[in-house]
Amino acid sequence: MDTNAYKKYVESRAKRSPVLRNCIRAFWVGGALCCVGQGLNRLYQWAGLSEKHAGLCVSVTLIFLAGLFTGIGWFDKLAKYAGAGTLVPITGFANSVAAPAVDAKSEGYVTGVAAKMFTIAGPVIVYGSVSSILYGVIYYFFLL
Amino acid sequence: MDWLQFLNAFWVGGLICVVAQLLIDLTKLTPARILTCYVCAGVLLSAIGLYGPLKEFAGSGAAVPLTGFGHALAEGVRESVKTDGLLGALSGGLAAAATGISASLFFALIWSLLFKSRQK
Repeated sequence: MDTNAYKKYVESRAKRSPVLRNCIRAFWVGGALCCVGQGLNRLYQWAGLSEKHAGLCVSVTLIFLAGLFTGIGWFDKLAKYAGAGTLVPITGFANSVAAPAVDAKSEGYVTGVAAKMFTIAGPVIVYGSVSSILYGVIYYFFLL
Repeated sequence: MDWLQFLNAFWVGGLICVVAQLLIDLTKLTPARILTCYVCAGVLLSAIGLYGPLKEFAGSGAAVPLTGFGHALAEGVRESVKTDGLLGALSGGLAAAATGISASLFFALIWSLLFKSRQK
């Protein structure tokens, strides 16, 4: 193999596909966020909360932090790196509510902030609740 | 402390994110659609009885991703159908998700009061 061919070979090996790179990033950031959740869960249960309440408090804490980081601008940087790693955990939902809210400030608090909060959260809530209603009806008639 | 639970939370949560990343990279689905799909998928997986055991196994690894939100909806609806009958199908889901949704809205309003937009 001459130098040129070798160079090409090295390049073809070194250039990892962005899909793989993105997946690795999403994996470790998403996994890490879940571990943060797990740690918070332990902390709250240690503090005396029931399992159910601890889970809810974990969600609230992560939502609080994700919104705060959205406000200071850290969330966008992390999201750019992690992709789905920050999108899929509850942090992504909190960001999808908080980011448009902060951005729409100039449009006023009613038609701007409050309305824009639901740009992404709206569909999530609509289809989430509709599918839960369908499940509830099926459950009532066939499974109960 | 049970470190195995952290490990399980890490890899299960990570894998759930990887699936979404693949959807972003390989299909034309926008993040908003993926979030919507994930919540519905969570309801479905919980309905067929898969998500409960997964949450037992992975803890926050299954609860923190948005599929866990869907699982909470389905679990809520199941409980309220048991106590309230058919009417419970309408009330149970959102009641279970209310904490997360209300917290998101409340905090978002506070952040919008405190912070300025960074969009240039």
